[in-house]
Amino acid sequence: MKRIEAVNDFVIKFANVNGSGSASANELFAKSFLRMGIPVSPRNIFPSNIQGLPTWYEVRVTEKGHLGRRGGVDLMVAMNPQTWNQDVAEIDPGGYLFYDNTKALPPSKFRDDIHVIGMPLTEIANASYTDARERQLFKNIIYVGALAAMMGIEPEVIAELIGEQYRGKEKLLKPNLNAFQLGLNFAKEHLKDAMGLKTKRAYAVGDKVFIEGNAAAALGCVYGGATVCAWYPITPSSSLAEAFQFYCSKLRVDKETGKNKFAIIQAEDELASIGIVVGAGWNGARAFTATAGPGISLMSEFIGLAYFAEIPAVIIDVQRGGPSTGMPTRTQQSDVLLCAYASHGDTKHVLLFPEDPYECFEFAAQALDLAERLQTPIFMMTDLDIGMNQRLCQPLKWEDERKYDRGKVMSEKMLDAGMEFGRYLDVDGDGIPYRTLPGTHATKGAYFTRGTSKNPYAIYSEAGPDYVYNMQRLLKKFETAKTLVPKPVLTPSREPARFGCIYYGSTSPAMHEALEALAERGIFVNALRVRSFPFQDEIFDFVASHTKVVVVEQNRDAQLKTLLVNDAGINPASLISVLHYDGTPITARFITEEIAQIAAALNVRPIKKDKAA
Amino acid sequence: MTYLAKPKLHHPTLPKNKIGYTRRDYEGKVSTLCAGCGHDSISAALIQAFWELDIQPHRVAKLSGIGCSSKTPDYFLGNSHGFNTVHGRMPSALTGANLANRELIYLGVSGDGDSASIGLGQFAHVMRRGVNMTYILENNGVYGLTKGQFSATADKGSKAKRGAVNNDAPVDTVSLALLMGATLVARSFSGDKKQLTPLIKAAIAHQGAAFIDVISPCVAFNNHAGSTKSYDYVRDHNEAVNRLDFWPTREAITVDYNEGGVIEVPQHDGSIIKLRKLSASYDPTDRIGAQNQIAQAAVHGEVLTGLLYVASDAEDLHAHLNTVDIAFNKLGEKDLCPGAGMLEKINAGLR
Repeated sequence: MKRIEAVNDFVIKFANVNGSGSASANELFAKSFLRMGIPVSPRNIFPSNIQGLPTWYEVRVTEKGHLGRRGGVDLMVAMNPQTWNQDVAEIDPGGYLFYDNTKALPPSKFRDDIHVIGMPLTEIANASYTDARERQLFKNIIYVGALAAMMGIEPEVIAELIGEQYRGKEKLLKPNLNAFQLGLNFAKEHLKDAMGLKTKRAYAVGDKVFIEGNAAAALGCVYGGATVCAWYPITPSSSLAEAFQFYCSKLRVDKETGKNKFAIIQAEDELASIGIVVGAGWNGARAFTATAGPGISLMSEFIGLAYFAEIPAVIIDVQRGGPSTGMPTRTQQSDVLLCAYASHGDTKHVLLFPEDPYECFEFAAQALDLAERLQTPIFMMTDLDIGMNQRLCQPLKWEDERKYDRGKVMSEKMLDAGMEFGRYLDVDGDGIPYRTLPGTHATKGAYFTRGTSKNPYAIYSEAGPDYVYNMQRLLKKFETAKTLVPKPVLTPSREPARFGCIYYGSTSPAMHEALEALAERGIFVNALRVRSFPFQDEIFDFVASHTKVVVVEQNRDAQLKTLLVNDAGINPASLISVLHYDGTPITARFITEEIAQIAAALNVRPIKKDKAA
Repeated sequence: MTYLAKPKLHHPTLPKNKIGYTRRDYEGKVSTLCAGCGHDSISAALIQAFWELDIQPHRVAKLSGIGCSSKTPDYFLGNSHGFNTVHGRMPSALTGANLANRELIYLGVSGDGDSASIGLGQFAHVMRRGVNMTYILENNGVYGLTKGQFSATADKGSKAKRGAVNNDAPVDTVSLALLMGATLVARSFSGDKKQLTPLIKAAIAHQGAAFIDVISPCVAFNNHAGSTKSYDYVRDHNEAVNRLDFWPTREAITVDYNEGGVIEVPQHDGSIIKLRKLSASYDPTDRIGAQNQIAQAAVHGEVLTGLLYVASDAEDLHAHLNTVDIAFNKLGEKDLCPGAGMLEKINAGLR
């Protein structure tokens, strides 16, 4: 029988029961690779449930640093009888099944093309602990110990991690270390050479950090100067607001007075959260909300008002599957059009697409600048895959010289110096007017904020020409936005390429891995990562310089492609969609196969020698 | 509305308040509401109240929702910033504005459709949070701008101008505000400036969620026989619980008053609300009692007006959130950004 043998390059999947305490044990396992200098990319696959339903944790160990989901499973740690059949079926031929053999299972429950490793986890736990809860919790740590022994994870590394986790909680530290040792000893004794997946110390992690996108985005909001956060709980965005609360309580409490330089409101709904953000933005504080698709739907009316009344607001959309419960705990990029054109009337909005936690941090801070500079709502479009999974990325970066861009705010001094104030008057030719904050001046600069019915001086007007002037100016402002938002990033192929590929957001790591795999097959593709909307000329030029451009997205309706056609005026015939939307993160294998097929169908002769596409 | 432009010049002998402003300095644009609209009387009472309190107009922020009432902030305090927000959503925008700059005075203006129908949720939650504001609900029981449909405050059995009878139970906004934790609750009548002005002054001085429901007849759609929010109906059924006098403490109190008839309610800003009790049994510091009285009056078809409840120990949202004394919108990088060194430490903890 084939036996998968690999060093520092494999996928392990843990099948657990939600609420059984597996999450911290699994995270411990994943982190142990990082401490040995080997990159990992873990992903939670979890149900809309707190306790009882199946949950999975997939760890990709990848010395090459491929952080996208690979697809396939080399080792299944099957701890959930409910999902046994599907879990066993998912293992790649030649792979491994690790399970609790305390109770014998009939042979029909196994496959003959995989390697089965049984260990009496329940028996060991029952013999060592008396408390039912302890038996359950430590069973998880016991299997971590066994896996460490079989794979060659350095035990000191795990002991160190356990020590960090329970620092100051001696009562918990010891039994955890014991449980780990129990598993380690058993495997050393009984499961020698059972596993072909091995690990050895490497130097591929460097100074990278391991953080969830939601936490990084929250830190970006702290660094970017947000003082008001209003939100309503919704998966997968809730942990963003909670992380903001956590970091603010550490970093934003005035040392002298003990008072807070932040205000966080868990509102009654998303209508109120965006209302609070818009009210705060109108009054000159940096404010944001974090939500998901259904929240955007509810916020749409206020988003329209903020667009027309030109009020800064930052909206972080952690995207997920559709309405209701279930798919919403799975990832997608399916709010692109919803956000680009959110609200009634002629509206379009600035979108930012971060690829990982590093950019979540950077773009969140930048969004706060852009919102005040452009006086409009700014959307940061992350997703569950980036938001709720810890991801290895560059260390978060901030330069102390960096200043907040507060945009065009007319002060009391400027008004006294006789500057003309027209709230909706384009004075600089960039479509961006000056605003005043409430309370600025006793007699000058006050105005009444409305939606559309106004002239450049904010006087009530239903006159057509006033409306048209304003709408044209808003378009000009959108043009100005192009010069301020992050530019696309080009990854040129090693060899000249006729093919182009456009992708964005969390697709990034899978895309990069796919590009390598395609190049090995002689298919060369130039890749452009779109980082924002409105689209800059670079994107138009990129499409124009390739015969065909594949647009890779994680939604059904090719939403970014629609936007490229609709807003950048790109010929739809030059774009081909590759779409992945089953709720699992897109994989390099999927992209590779899709693009290879497209290349073959178009009969594109590979440039590299005679190799067929 | 009138088409006569207001003259910019005014008589040199117009009285000035302590900070040298005349009442004209508190006016706004010419109203576009129907002649005789109760809302314009409320605007006049607001002008009077701010003038009497010697508040600089630009230190006030006016926010409103959508509807006839919500248009009115354009018609007073022309040197204040105003914000005509989204239908039923003024409370959330006002909450955000208040968080951004706690140094201003916040006035929320809304109507019955805005607060009791589409915006009932935000109405309730802004009271719960204790946002420091004066919330004026200009209550006429109908949708004026869309021409006379019932709102959720229309009384059961009341008749619309076109003859339709309302069968739905009304939302009683003062009871709801009490229940939700508003710390000053009052009701008045747009045609009773003498009662309304001091109530507004008390609400402005109150450091917490202050709510005034002002019955304000709609001359176009709700001032006919069969309406329970017409001028005649309210005048006939109004039972005032008290007369209010209000003195900011910076002013020496020299007014002569009858000890037995007055109750003093100290406010957090140091001022004192004095209630001249007309109804001997009424105690406005008793929340449960207030709820009872309102309910009993309703049974008798009476509209209870006056200061219904005031808590002397009111706290506002900023106190609940323990925010710094300085306005958020004055904080910059130095105050808000933890700096590169701290980020290095955070990075180190993420390895």
